[in-house]
Amino acid sequence: MEYFLQQLINGLTLGSIYGLIAIGYTMVFGIIGMVNFAHGDVFMLSTFIALIILMVLTQVIGITPLALALFIVLIAAMLLTSLWAWAIERLAYRPLRGSFRLAPLISAIGMSIFLSNLVQVTQGPRYKPAPTIASEVITLFQGADYSVTVSQKQILIVAVTAVLLAGFWYLVQFTAIGRAQRACEQDRKMAALLGVNVNATISLTFVLGAALAAVAGLMFMIYYGVVHFNDGFVPGVKAFTAAVLGGIGSLPGAVLGGLLIGLIETLWSAYFSIDYKDVATFSILAITLVFLPSGLLGKPEVEKV
Amino acid sequence: MSAADPLLAVEHLTMRFGGLIAIDDLSFTAARGEITALIGPNGAGKTTVFNCATGFYKPSSGRLVLSHGGRPATDEIDVLTESGRRWGITPAGPVFLLERMPDHEVAARAKVARTFQNIRLFSGMTVLENLIVAQHNPLMLASGWTVLGLIGARRYATAERAAVERARYWLDQIGLGDRADDAAGELPYGAQRRLEIARAMCTEPQLLCLDEPAAGLNPRETARLTELLLSIRRAHSLSILLIEHDMSVVMEISDHVVVLDYGQKIADGSPDAVRNDPRVVAAYLGVEDREVDKVEAEIAE
Amino acid sequence: MAIVAAAERPAVASRLAAALRDAAGTALLALGLAVPILALRIDVNINNQPILRPRWDYVAIAVGLAFAARLAHLLVRPTLTARTARPQPAAPTAVRARLGQALSLVGIALLILYPLIVLELVGQAGAVKWIDNFGVQILIYVMLGWGLNIVVGLAGLLDLGYAAFYAVGAYSTALLSENLGFGFWLCLPLAGIFAALWGIMLGFPVLRLRGDYLAIVTLAFGEIIRLVLINWVPVTNGYAGISGIPRPSFFGLPFNASDEGFAAFFGFEFSPLHRTIFLFYVILALALLTNWVTLRLRRLPIGRAWEALREDEVACRSLGINTTSTKLTAFAIGAGFGGFAGSFFAARQGFISPESFTFMESAVVVAIVVLGGMGSQLGVAVAAVAMIGGTELLRELDWLKDVFGPDFDPTQYRMLLFGLAMVLVMLWKPRGLIGTRSPSIHLRERRAVKAGLVKEGHG
Repeated sequence: MEYFLQQLINGLTLGSIYGLIAIGYTMVFGIIGMVNFAHGDVFMLSTFIALIILMVLTQVIGITPLALALFIVLIAAMLLTSLWAWAIERLAYRPLRGSFRLAPLISAIGMSIFLSNLVQVTQGPRYKPAPTIASEVITLFQGADYSVTVSQKQILIVAVTAVLLAGFWYLVQFTAIGRAQRACEQDRKMAALLGVNVNATISLTFVLGAALAAVAGLMFMIYYGVVHFNDGFVPGVKAFTAAVLGGIGSLPGAVLGGLLIGLIETLWSAYFSIDYKDVATFSILAITLVFLPSGLLGKPEVEKV
Repeated sequence: MSAADPLLAVEHLTMRFGGLIAIDDLSFTAARGEITALIGPNGAGKTTVFNCATGFYKPSSGRLVLSHGGRPATDEIDVLTESGRRWGITPAGPVFLLERMPDHEVAARAKVARTFQNIRLFSGMTVLENLIVAQHNPLMLASGWTVLGLIGARRYATAERAAVERARYWLDQIGLGDRADDAAGELPYGAQRRLEIARAMCTEPQLLCLDEPAAGLNPRETARLTELLLSIRRAHSLSILLIEHDMSVVMEISDHVVVLDYGQKIADGSPDAVRNDPRVVAAYLGVEDREVDKVEAEIAE
Repeated sequence: MAIVAAAERPAVASRLAAALRDAAGTALLALGLAVPILALRIDVNINNQPILRPRWDYVAIAVGLAFAARLAHLLVRPTLTARTARPQPAAPTAVRARLGQALSLVGIALLILYPLIVLELVGQAGAVKWIDNFGVQILIYVMLGWGLNIVVGLAGLLDLGYAAFYAVGAYSTALLSENLGFGFWLCLPLAGIFAALWGIMLGFPVLRLRGDYLAIVTLAFGEIIRLVLINWVPVTNGYAGISGIPRPSFFGLPFNASDEGFAAFFGFEFSPLHRTIFLFYVILALALLTNWVTLRLRRLPIGRAWEALREDEVACRSLGINTTSTKLTAFAIGAGFGGFAGSFFAARQGFISPESFTFMESAVVVAIVVLGGMGSQLGVAVAAVAMIGGTELLRELDWLKDVFGPDFDPTQYRMLLFGLAMVLVMLWKPRGLIGTRSPSIHLRERRAVKAGLVKEGHG
């Protein structure tokens, strides 16, 4: 029981990271019907950006209150990652909008290869250690032979995720930005006729998705304590699985799916086999798409003849 | 109305989408060798009937009996229905229960061909290729499921020549003989409609289901279409089930008209009888039910 | 005349100025993008602590490249479009068809003579590189591209897990030879059959899926197979892979220095080149077989049904075509050719490990098919030569070390440039190099179908 509770805590932490990335997939798919293949690598890029900024702040400038430094890192990483996502959309996707359906997908795969290799070439192929942050462990309660603990960073991750998601929810649910987004989702042509700037709205969708991915990137960097150029693909596919499981296009679905994938992955590793944990995730992806293509919270699609 | 020899008998067909009832206990027959028109206001469920009859939708309940040859006795159909099989051979000829068959089987075995409201041609293939693809099943057989074709057997070459000849015949019928090597997507709209009909005819159907064939055509093209349909029926002992909004077409060519409104049949008879039916007039003009009752009462008097 | 020229000069100047302004904006954007990731490199000191090392030269190069590329694009593009806009006199179709036939014959002849030409040009020492790294490597991808072209290009089903079938072919060859002692020529057909069976098995559940969903599920299957290969150590030996896979023999004659060897039998002096050249001809034959079968299938009902499926699945079903079996045959035949290629790969390397069958491999093959122009055999071959040959050529750029210093390794940039090229080719030609479609049958004359009319399929 204690062991299970511990896995639950670990799973929720991991799940919040996946959920944050999944929102980027689900929003972009919702608005332009495209799997943004490079999103996982944008996330990976953000882990590097976050680590570099953190080191600049602590080692070069010497900001001592760690909380302040982390806050600056969060904002700066969100902005810089968003700039990357904006540029990618502008240069590699927008010219292909409304063209051959496969073209943007191939372009996105190319972008994904480009990004991971750019980081490999410029930062080197080795794992980069990050400074240990907020690693003090709090014992929640002591079991007979197993104690349930939660680390500061786990609390930090879940708390930051919750706060940012609340803000994000407000943004897309109650502001003009969100309205424009939903209008474009329904009917891009009509939205344009009614005066919505469709291009700007789509750009903004990429930017918001990347900003949340950057939050996830910082959390990932703090949680695992290392960053690696190849850490975009697998977390990316897992987050995409989360988006599909929750019902692609649905924002609450993405978060729910993220938490579920985090839990499943942790519990699978804890009780079955850590070697096959990725097989489990990929199987869930395949099973969901085959048997429940509209996901848990998505809208079913009826074939039109 | 010529129920003596029905090719297709729709019995108590019901189709529900979630809570919505698109077709509600609909029964009608389409007689062999005749043109049966299915009309009704937008959203009445006409295309849904088509999709059920061609296997694209599984009806929620009801039976769709299609009989080649002649009409078998009722108890023979019931025996077939009880047996759980999808089709059977009766003394009168093969009988198919369309509601049990997947779409491609309806086309391949029951010999029901259809066209679509929004034209569905293979636009990146040539006109000729469209007509050859329609003869897929016999050609597949001739190619020995690809194996014989791959090694270049003469049997396949002969079959392909015959297929091209059939395609050429239909191209002449629809007046596109000189455009065989053009991409289907390049044809003008009216020609695409005719090509879709020719493609359906290349499957050698017993029943041809046309979903709004005159939609979007100009009067001259419409006249050409009706002429084509009448000549096809004469020359190929074909039965046609037709959805159409253009009343001039319906009245000119159909032998029998079924009127749907909100998924229910409101009239069934000859074009003249239907034209003068007050309920049909009311459905098209959008009169309240109460007033229909009043009109009916007046007629009864 | 002089007046016009004088009036044109300010126009040119203002165009130049506008282009410069635009390029400056691009450079600024590049600066913003480059600084956070290029300017500082994370390194590790002796205590395993991360330290930062400034690399501002990288930023300068990136910004300079962006500026130059944008400027060139702005200034060269209008001239180019003006030139191509001019109507080109089209050769009569019959002549063009004859020309195409002649060209492909010349091409095949050149390919057959290729090893001899290479030997003549660079001699024994350099020949291995040009025959193996260039010839064999490119031909493997041509074959993979042609195999996947059946699934993606003809049937319109986007498969992002093609490397799985390549892996099935390679591992069945390795395992059959290791455990049952089968030789290459027995393993080759079996590998193809196994891969085709896997194609059907994986194809079944995904038939209902459309579009990007199909792509993602095939990706998932591809990854699952790779992860199983990694983790099922007792059978596959995990990451360490399987070595000692027997090399192909020449009608029973091995390529070695023994008395029973190929060289001794024919009275040649032994040379490792013999095997390389033989492997080149084996893969050339396999690739040409793939091409021949595909071209043949396109003119058979099954091939026409694939293309019809790509154009409109609903219409196919209304014509009595069983789309389930049609899709499965596409999957199976495509997978089978992937299996042949995998079997050849295993025998050529003598060693395989899961590393050779990553998602990247699938992505490269899909890229070749889409960049070549879906469905076009010639386009796929050209794309394979350009993309694989192009990245292999980077190995030849050692002189760049003189420019950028001895640390500079151009091969590092292989995949970086590959990814960039994928994006650029898509922007330049979204339908691939050859987007037009050649009809499979004609009454009077064969006319290519315009790219815009050909659909890309739903799945």
